[in-house]
Amino acid sequence: MEVTCRVRRYNPTTDEKPYYATYTVEVESTDRVLDVLNEIKWHHDGTLTYRRSCAHGVCGSDAMRINGRNRLACKTLVKEVGDRITVEPMMGFEVVRDLVVDLDSFFEKYKSVKPYLINDDPPPAGERLQSPEERELYDDTTKCILCGACTTACPSFWGNREFVGPAALVNAHRFIFDSRDKGLDQRVGAVGSREGVWRCRTIFNCTDACPRGIKVTKAMEDVKRKLLYD
Amino acid sequence: MYHKYDVVVVGGGGAGLMAALQLARVPGIRTAVVSKLYPSRSHTGAAQGGIGAALGNHEEDHWEWHMFDTVKGGDYLTDQDAAEIMCHNAVETVYELEHLGLPFSRTPQGKIDQRRFGGHTRNFGEGPVRRSCFAADRTGHMILQTLYQQCIKHEVEFFSEFQVLDLILNDGVCCGVVALNVRDGELHTFHAKAVMLATGGYGRAWKITSNALASTGDGVAIAYRQGIPLEDMEMYQFHPTGEYKLGILISEACRGEGGMLLNDKGKRFMERYAPTLLDLAPRDMISRCIYQEIKEGRGINGQDYVHLDLRHLGREVIESKLPDQADFIRVYLGIDPVTELVPTQPTAHYAMGGIPTDLDGRVTVDERNTPLPGLYAAGECACVSVHGANRLGTNSLVDIVVFGRRAGKDMAEFVAHNELVPLPPKPDAYASAQVKELLGRTEGESVADIRTELQAEMMDKVSVIRSEETLCHAQAKVQELKERYSRAAIQDRQSWFNTELTEALELGYLLDISETVIAGALARKESRGGHYREDYPDRDDKRFLRHTLIYNRGEGIQVAYKPVKITRFEPMERKY
Ligand SMILES: Cc1cc2nc3c(=O)[nH]c(=O)nc-3n(C[C@H](O)[C@H](O)[C@H](O)COP(=O)(O)OP(=O)(O)OC[C@H]3O[C@@H](n4cnc5c(N)ncnc54)[C@H](O)[C@@H]3O)c2cc1C
Ligand code: SF4
Ligand code: FES
Repeated sequence: MEVTCRVRRYNPTTDEKPYYATYTVEVESTDRVLDVLNEIKWHHDGTLTYRRSCAHGVCGSDAMRINGRNRLACKTLVKEVGDRITVEPMMGFEVVRDLVVDLDSFFEKYKSVKPYLINDDPPPAGERLQSPEERELYDDTTKCILCGACTTACPSFWGNREFVGPAALVNAHRFIFDSRDKGLDQRVGAVGSREGVWRCRTIFNCTDACPRGIKVTKAMEDVKRKLLYD
Repeated sequence: MYHKYDVVVVGGGGAGLMAALQLARVPGIRTAVVSKLYPSRSHTGAAQGGIGAALGNHEEDHWEWHMFDTVKGGDYLTDQDAAEIMCHNAVETVYELEHLGLPFSRTPQGKIDQRRFGGHTRNFGEGPVRRSCFAADRTGHMILQTLYQQCIKHEVEFFSEFQVLDLILNDGVCCGVVALNVRDGELHTFHAKAVMLATGGYGRAWKITSNALASTGDGVAIAYRQGIPLEDMEMYQFHPTGEYKLGILISEACRGEGGMLLNDKGKRFMERYAPTLLDLAPRDMISRCIYQEIKEGRGINGQDYVHLDLRHLGREVIESKLPDQADFIRVYLGIDPVTELVPTQPTAHYAMGGIPTDLDGRVTVDERNTPLPGLYAAGECACVSVHGANRLGTNSLVDIVVFGRRAGKDMAEFVAHNELVPLPPKPDAYASAQVKELLGRTEGESVADIRTELQAEMMDKVSVIRSEETLCHAQAKVQELKERYSRAAIQDRQSWFNTELTEALELGYLLDISETVIAGALARKESRGGHYREDYPDRDDKRFLRHTLIYNRGEGIQVAYKPVKITRFEPMERKY
């Protein structure tokens, strides 16, 4: 089928301001939006710039706005979005080039919640035990691929770029609810601060945006409850 | 720009991060991880099914059994000293990963859960054993995340979206790498006492593949261009169950949980070929059996695919143990595995061959295993060789963590006892000329077309079944494509985040790699593991129980051989 794809393009080193370029390409309805971008890049305009790697929704490279919604280009099929596709970079980060945004601050915020197991007890010879029920408490938030779709869909983040954002909080949740972790005190600084979880206004955009189906808003609610009642 | 470190690790997948973590724990050693992707985007994150270790959490198991399976699975081309280390160390390494925070799935007793996987058996082949330790069906994702998190904790320095273009050698010693900062196009020289290549696989040489777009074999090709021989390149694994036409992997975990392969008659055809292990026979065998079924007209509707049946597992098992698999099948094939049959075909999956190393990850440069001082490699880009002619499922994740760790520890020793070797004059000359040429050429054929032709040729002529005829055809084709590539042009002339440039460089690597795969396959006139020659259908231990080494000698390719290390298990006929 023929698809018309409008792409928001911008190269800050050469373009005065962003503009939209329109491409018409032949693809299958079962192709991914990433296939559309590849078709453009490989056969129409080699200068089109985006990140990609795994091409099946597990590496987190190609989160972008597709017809106004944050999605992974490789996990969105043409038949879901129709033959007129508008592709734009995620909102709230500086554009490096076309669909590529600057992720430095995103990863800095991720690091700020100390996203690693904190437990200084000497480990046993075998594994530390954890029941399936204990593990289930944080199963959902282990799925995060750090794509940034949630954070850049969040109005609280658009309003205040200091907000640590849902992605970092999902990863804080992953450790706070891990029975093996003892680092809550060390995380309270970033997680419980003014720019931490309390900026979440439960708008649910993040949950809608997450390509891994993580209940992002619920995870933040869990964290709030933990800070209040534990 | 110039940087000085003790160690530079190229690649932020499981192998690179495991090494970096060992180094980060030693005070005073400065390490940089240079990676063309953000580490968390590495293809280790795509690994699904599990990591093999004889923990025996469900039933009796021993690392010796694991070793036997690994050697037999590799059709006896496995170096047994390496397999012994891997299978023995697997146990403590899996516990170490758990201690680092890896969220393994758990047994009711709270231990690490384990499932069956192809080729893994109890008591030297008696029947399947539960050896694959898993975190749902995202084990690789959890390994990658856990190691990345620990590297953050230990303040490892990362240079992300830096694409390495060359190794720097001075008088036979490795002393750094040259990398392109993709963001602004600047070349950086990393001067170091030790360099480790951990750049992963090269499935993108084939049309149908489970590998990421970034899996283009950069490190392997870069080493080859520097005169380092490549080992057993003809040994490339086709995984039996890729999504039809897409190649996206459907994990063996599906069959580990009880899934079955069916032909057009609805018959479980593996009963005929592997009566003991059935659908859990090793991958090379199953892929060949699928080709056989298709050849004999029993592909679905006479076409080139078969069905994977998961329906009898029931919704609950599928949703709880294979959630990502179900998701991939639903999203990309538009099929519900709970009620429908899944169309699958063999997909280019894993490189058993690669850069030769010794047991500590030191790169070796000849038939006598002489190490090249300062250069290390581990993970899919390396060949220790633990996988021989065919890797068992779950053994790559073991390989990357066990040998990533060993390389890390050895580098820590090495840098403590060695001085920094000075850089040669103009260390970035080759890289800089390559980039200038591609950015400067205004007219020429498109890189994408050459890549498409390469991938089609490799799929058609150099995949599951090969012969003198198909290989010679492919050899001539690759020569032609290389020639065309030398005149190809890109449209993007910017230095700023130029991904057309990086893709063009990657195609150069794929072409070199394809050439070595074909050369190895032509020279190996026998069938063994993943390498099947129609014209030489039997294994020939007399002539070919040895490793192929392919050298790049400027004007041409030279093939040499080195012996296989056999310690505990004498080669036997391989039946399942
Ligand atoms: C879909 C799939 C499922 C799998 N499932 C399993 C499984 O269940 N069990 C198992 O044991 N194995 C599995 N495997 C195999 C296993 O995942 C891989 O072999 C392994 O993860 C490779 O790890 P690595 O660290 O060597 O490379 P990768 O994880 O691929 O990392 C390569 C790194 O090198 C970097 N890099 C590459 N080129 C350059 C360059 N030029 N400059 C700078 N950096 C560069 C990349 O950025 C990346 O960080 C699976 C593979 C696939 C494709
Ligand atoms: S929580 Fe979901 S949307 Fe947010 S970064 Fe992780 S995977 Fe992406
Ligand atoms: S390319 Fe990996 S998530 Fe889309």
